[in-house]
Amino acid sequence: MAAGATRAARPEREYEKVAAPKRGRSASAQSKPGRSLALILIAIVALTGGMFASGHTTPRLGIDLAGGTSITLQAQNEPGQPNAINKTNMDTAVEIMNRRVNGLGVSEAEVQTQGTSNIVVNIPKGTNSEEARQQVGTTAKLYFRPVLASEPTGKAAQPTPSTSPSSSGTSGSTPTPSGSATAGQKATSPSGSPTPTDSATSQGRAVTDALKADATPSGTPTAPASGTPKAPASGTPTPPATGSAADQKLQAQYTALDCSDDAQRAKADTGSKPGDPSVACGKISGVWYKYLLGPAAVDGTDVKNAQAAIDTQGAGGWQVQMNFTSAGAKKFADVTGKLAQNQQPQNEFGIVLDGEVVSSPFVSQAITGGQAQISGSFSQQEAQSLANVLSYGALPLSFKVQSMTTVTAALGGEQLHAGLIAGAIGLALVVIYLLVFYRGLSIVAIPSLLVSAILTYVIMALLGPAIHFALNLPAVCGAIVAIGITADSFIVFFERIRDEIREGRTLRPAVERAWPRARRTILVSDFVSFLAAAVLFIVTVGKVQGFAFTLGLTTVLDVVVVFLFTKPLMTVLARRRFFADGHKWSGLDPKGLGAKPPLRRTRRPAGPAGPVDPKEA
Amino acid sequence: MSKLGNLGARLHRGEISYDFVGRRKLWYGVSILITITAIVGLAVRGLNMGIDFQGGAVFTTPKTSVSVSQAEKFAQDAAGHEAVVQKLGSGGLRIQIAGMDTTKSDATKVELAKDMKLDPESIAADLVGPSWGDEIANKAWEGLAIFMVLVVIYLAIAFEWRMAVAALVALIHDITITTGIYALVGFEVTPGTVIGLLTILGYSLYDTVVVFDSLKEQTKDITKQTRFTYSDIANQSINGTLVRSINTTVVALLPVAGLLFIGGGLLGAGTLNDISLSLFVGLAAGAYSSIFIATPLVADLKEAEPQMKALAKRVRAKRAQAAAGEDTPRTRPESDDHDDVPAAVVGPRDQPASRNRGRGRPSGKRR
Repeated sequence: MAAGATRAARPEREYEKVAAPKRGRSASAQSKPGRSLALILIAIVALTGGMFASGHTTPRLGIDLAGGTSITLQAQNEPGQPNAINKTNMDTAVEIMNRRVNGLGVSEAEVQTQGTSNIVVNIPKGTNSEEARQQVGTTAKLYFRPVLASEPTGKAAQPTPSTSPSSSGTSGSTPTPSGSATAGQKATSPSGSPTPTDSATSQGRAVTDALKADATPSGTPTAPASGTPKAPASGTPTPPATGSAADQKLQAQYTALDCSDDAQRAKADTGSKPGDPSVACGKISGVWYKYLLGPAAVDGTDVKNAQAAIDTQGAGGWQVQMNFTSAGAKKFADVTGKLAQNQQPQNEFGIVLDGEVVSSPFVSQAITGGQAQISGSFSQQEAQSLANVLSYGALPLSFKVQSMTTVTAALGGEQLHAGLIAGAIGLALVVIYLLVFYRGLSIVAIPSLLVSAILTYVIMALLGPAIHFALNLPAVCGAIVAIGITADSFIVFFERIRDEIREGRTLRPAVERAWPRARRTILVSDFVSFLAAAVLFIVTVGKVQGFAFTLGLTTVLDVVVVFLFTKPLMTVLARRRFFADGHKWSGLDPKGLGAKPPLRRTRRPAGPAGPVDPKEA
Repeated sequence: MSKLGNLGARLHRGEISYDFVGRRKLWYGVSILITITAIVGLAVRGLNMGIDFQGGAVFTTPKTSVSVSQAEKFAQDAAGHEAVVQKLGSGGLRIQIAGMDTTKSDATKVELAKDMKLDPESIAADLVGPSWGDEIANKAWEGLAIFMVLVVIYLAIAFEWRMAVAALVALIHDITITTGIYALVGFEVTPGTVIGLLTILGYSLYDTVVVFDSLKEQTKDITKQTRFTYSDIANQSINGTLVRSINTTVVALLPVAGLLFIGGGLLGAGTLNDISLSLFVGLAAGAYSSIFIATPLVADLKEAEPQMKALAKRVRAKRAQAAAGEDTPRTRPESDDHDDVPAAVVGPRDQPASRNRGRGRPSGKRR
């Protein structure tokens, strides 16, 4: 086959004559390869630099590859709902938790039920497990309740309640407020609950055992009832103004409540129904306030989505912006319209999240437009995590963290090792195959694969901290198949070039003519892959979504690499004599490829019996 | 230049070609046979769903000196299923086994305790639900359905509906074969398997589209000539992209083969098998179906079109004429004067190269 090499020089010159006119036309198209190559090199250097600068030099690995943390959550029985822990609710809870910890499907967290009342959440190593615990454990029951009365407690407390005049008989029913008046008594102040159980750690603002243990029985007679108001049990959701027994009880509870006490605060709102008035605590500007709140006017199910944003108008802290559904927007407009007519503090509404008032803005006019903000004293992370849980809805049950433990990789270490060796051997075989088949063109082929591999690796490493991307075994395998797709792009291109050379063109026009056709093929086929990735990413959840992300990423990278690296490099190399002259090791030897003789009109006599064929037969 | 490069040249010139389209009945037959085997395999043996899909039991042991790989072995012996074993922070082990009910899990617990020399009471056994729950599965199906519809629309616009149909048939063919072989081999279906199948889905379509793109390009001006039928050109197109198909398939299969045969076979990385097998079978089926199933199917569908029927008739007539008397080529334009005369004249005159190559091809086919 290689016999034709000695004769290469003579027909080559003739080829050039034939193709000469084309060269001028394509010169402009060829003028920019250096720019593209520089661009992609800068991109690689910048991304790699970013990777080292961020300190995350390896991609986050999934549980199957690196192990992680396993959190066991136990569903809590809530008063008044003995049958709440059932399969339906548990499954719903699993779904919601899955979305919270794996919103984009790339974080490789796993959520499953265990037994009848437990949920196990496995998160890969390198995840902030405390944050994850809050994310899954937060019930995220959100209510907008009109404020009936509020006052600060604890440090900055006033001795006299500042309830509004319209509130029913505040001072009459319970003349002795709980020991909330004195400053500095936060942890050890008389507490309403002698039994420190059942506290909803699910709120994320955890009650420590130590504090619970410190709690001492209070001297307030009404205090023991405060944990679980019995008002809902009476079955009559009565407005606060009627002054019914249930209501008085609540009033008593409100008066007794000391929000500076962690134990009391934690259970202040437990068990209250959205349709009933309730008491709750909230920390506003570092001071604990207690609230007497009316029935929920709008609740979390009315929230369409939520996102964290920096408060541009106010103090400039982080806040959570919510968009209501159309029904929610209407309800919200109604209630704010009513509230706006009231006096302070009854023109306020409390935004109650899991029993705690996170914010109680006042309204001066009806708020229409279906948007609301929660502006507490959030850090960026808190705001984002709250927006996240609000977007995916409230858990149907509240959960308590039972245990947190580390787990090792599900895929044994030696297996991973064997897999890596096998993968490396496979890749070495690919390189050998490309060398044997494409010879000199491997200078394009192998670096193309390399560039693609570097970009994939660096981007995956950077996505770890950015969007919790974690690489699991299926993703690794997907990346291996991506080798095939990346390789296919330059194989299509190379084969086009070779076809052009076989038609009798010299290399440079052949490259320029082959490229538009190869480009179309690459784009059309990559579009199908990208379509698959986009649809699956948008529609699905969990691991399928994670797969779609990887597929989309590798597809985009394939296009980037072939446009900005393979093609320009090929253009540059086509100017080298080694390739342009069709050296027999270049992989573009016209003889070896069986190119047609140059003069078309006289082809017939020369054609089948020409100098090319005999040595090929 | 390697033999394949040489082969590429001869394929390019049409000196040699395999009659993929002409022998389509054979390959349809082969594919139908494999597909039926796969379906029977699926029906009879069913898929062995892993713990992520059907749930199972999880056993948590206290601190133990038994290693993870030992525990894997014990669990497998006790349950007859593959087990996932993880070491916990406490020093204990978490062993997950698929397909367990309460009675089975109790028996397994006793067995495990005996093997690991632990008190059965100290091992906590719990049934776990699937981590790949119904929601993930349902959404995945929904996503697939939407994708299929969109891709058919896209292919119908970018190419034509016949190609969209053929691509879809090839896709279903590939997926059926892959799942069927999975059922026959009896590997446990893990999320990795499903991801592997989805990868196949993408790759199968990708490969088909690359082949179709060349087919579309070559058949662009098909009605302007009377030398070749659609099937002839489809065949030339396959042969023209054959080197690309072989190269791409080899490059895609080599790393997967490395994982499957070296990693899974020689080095004993058992869990890699499930993914690499589905990828290996799927990639091979994807490459095969693009050439042997999808393109001939397009040819079949196209040949049913009146326009193409007329073309085939003209081509046959011309060939008969050429065979009857080796007249001068000049009589040819007159023979199809009933239709498309100018184009028929222009075609050969403008493309002497194709005429010459064309002369080689039909005779090559008849060989």
